[in-house]
Amino acid sequence: MPLIRLQDIWRSYQMAAETVHALRGVSLSIERGEYVAIMGPSGSGKSTMMNLLGCLDTPTSGTYELNGTDVSGMDDNELAEIRNREIGFVFQTFNLLARATALRNVELPMVYAGVSPDERREKAMAALTSVGLADRVDHRPNELSGGQKQRVAVARALVNTPSILLADEPTGNLDSKTGVEILALFDQLASKGNTIIVVTHEEKVALHARRIVRILDGNIASDQPVVRP
Amino acid sequence: MNFLSELREGLFIAWDSLRANKLRSALTTLGIVIGIVTVTLMGTALAGLNAAFIKSISAIGTDVFFVAPWQWFSDEPWWKMRNRRPILLADARALVRQTTFARATSIDVNRRMTVRYRDLSATGVNVNGTTEGGAEVGGLVLKEGRFLSAAEVDGGRPVCVIGSELAANFFPFESPLGRKVRIEGSNLEVIGVLEKRGKFLGMESLDNQVLIPVTKLVSDLIAARPPVLVRIKLRDLKEMDEAREEIRGIMRKLRCLAPGDPDDFAINEQGAFLQTFERMNTVLASAGLFITGLSLFVGGIGIMNIMFVTVAERTREIGIRKAIGAKRRAILTQFLIEAALICLLGGLIGLAIAYPITLVMDRFMPAVLSASLVGIALLVSVTTGVIAGFLPAWRASKLNPVDALRAE
Repeated sequence: MPLIRLQDIWRSYQMAAETVHALRGVSLSIERGEYVAIMGPSGSGKSTMMNLLGCLDTPTSGTYELNGTDVSGMDDNELAEIRNREIGFVFQTFNLLARATALRNVELPMVYAGVSPDERREKAMAALTSVGLADRVDHRPNELSGGQKQRVAVARALVNTPSILLADEPTGNLDSKTGVEILALFDQLASKGNTIIVVTHEEKVALHARRIVRILDGNIASDQPVVRP
Repeated sequence: MNFLSELREGLFIAWDSLRANKLRSALTTLGIVIGIVTVTLMGTALAGLNAAFIKSISAIGTDVFFVAPWQWFSDEPWWKMRNRRPILLADARALVRQTTFARATSIDVNRRMTVRYRDLSATGVNVNGTTEGGAEVGGLVLKEGRFLSAAEVDGGRPVCVIGSELAANFFPFESPLGRKVRIEGSNLEVIGVLEKRGKFLGMESLDNQVLIPVTKLVSDLIAARPPVLVRIKLRDLKEMDEAREEIRGIMRKLRCLAPGDPDDFAINEQGAFLQTFERMNTVLASAGLFITGLSLFVGGIGIMNIMFVTVAERTREIGIRKAIGAKRRAILTQFLIEAALICLLGGLIGLAIAYPITLVMDRFMPAVLSASLVGIALLVSVTTGVIAGFLPAWRASKLNPVDALRAE
């Protein structure tokens, strides 16, 4: 059974008088342990795709099964629980809480999972250590570099051991050197068996994945494995 | 379990955001501070008034009938009662003699007169002509000497009992007993001094009075035959209704009323006084509640306003929290706690301000900031916070994570 199965997904928005179809009958399966890049120009529907995959949004029609559960008809609270348990987000703009330390940022998903403070602290420390930030746990985001912020975000995304790591342009706000570092971290995570989905418009970023899904005008234009020389 | 950790997180965030926006929090809190100061002071004043009244009234007791031509606190127009015949000394004596339910009785005439001792004089002193039962009926306690005796009252003897204020003014260095004070040319020997009583409802001092045999007052000091007041203290409160009926019967006979004629006198009691006071108190309390409610309402609007601003400012944070798995309830709790915390702080500051003010108030009237009032004030402030914060928090909890994450 695939980890993710999208079947004939439509997502439409009502804009004034006309209906805009951001996704037009997308079907897609992703297995556990895959490293997939979703590509497409702006306006192609890839952001909508990413919101649906991340359970931030629900499809207008079609079914989305995540880890064997149909999530397409869930309400806000159920989706929040699914996100908390199954999905770790890494955003282009990091989206860390500005006033909280790195440690507290990483603890946050466990707060909403109801993990006890001691266990929370322990796991958050371990996660930050695994991304190489053991010496930065008490720093606030404005005291960290872009690369460090993104590492904190990765630690936060992984701390609840989700099924999917969902990254939206993870290197978009980083210089090329730190971007490469983050992608190396992703490669390393993928090789450990994490399922990673990266949404990007950069070919260089997409080439780190093992499979590239290209979206155009709300449909999958191509779906190919990456051939490594 | 989950909820507890959300609650703890909510408290943490709220405290954090209060510290981050110190000035704004302080200004917002001000509304609640003013509200709570008003609530507390109003409550303290009302409780003080009540305590003062109860203290004053309990000295006289609720088991005393006051027989007089006029009804206290009557709904009947005054001009209907205006022409009622006064009760004269002879009738009063007959009533006192015939009644069977009394523990003690007194016949009273009150006049404002000038009292002299040597070259000292006190004007406007309440001269109370009374009988030997006056001490018990009025709940008087003697500091020195004794009260008027039956023989002295019957014989109209020139003796008197004086209030503590008068005693202190006339005889600062000596015992008043055996000295003679002068009223309207009569010399009256002081046989007793009353214990200090304090003011009645803060108006008239009960310590500035002279008690003399009513017979002496009526025969020598006042030319015309004055109307009197009869006070009857009951043996037993349970016999109130029978006693009233008996007194009514005696009075109707004494005043030669034909059957069917309405009473041209009234049997008043302390209870009526209490009722009226309670009615007044209710009016005061509801007026106070309205005013304080208004100031809290204004404070609450301030809180609501600032919470809307906070939610708008932190839309992105809300988006992040939701993406990470915060449910609606968690977001709602977070902002409710923040609003409640602002108000609780306001309440505490308000109490800290109100407390010294009640100490100052205490010099003019009995005012005590009670523990229950403190509890009520804090409860009210937290409730205000929760109510005022609800709409903004609800709005925050309903934000769509996709839109919230996109916010700047």
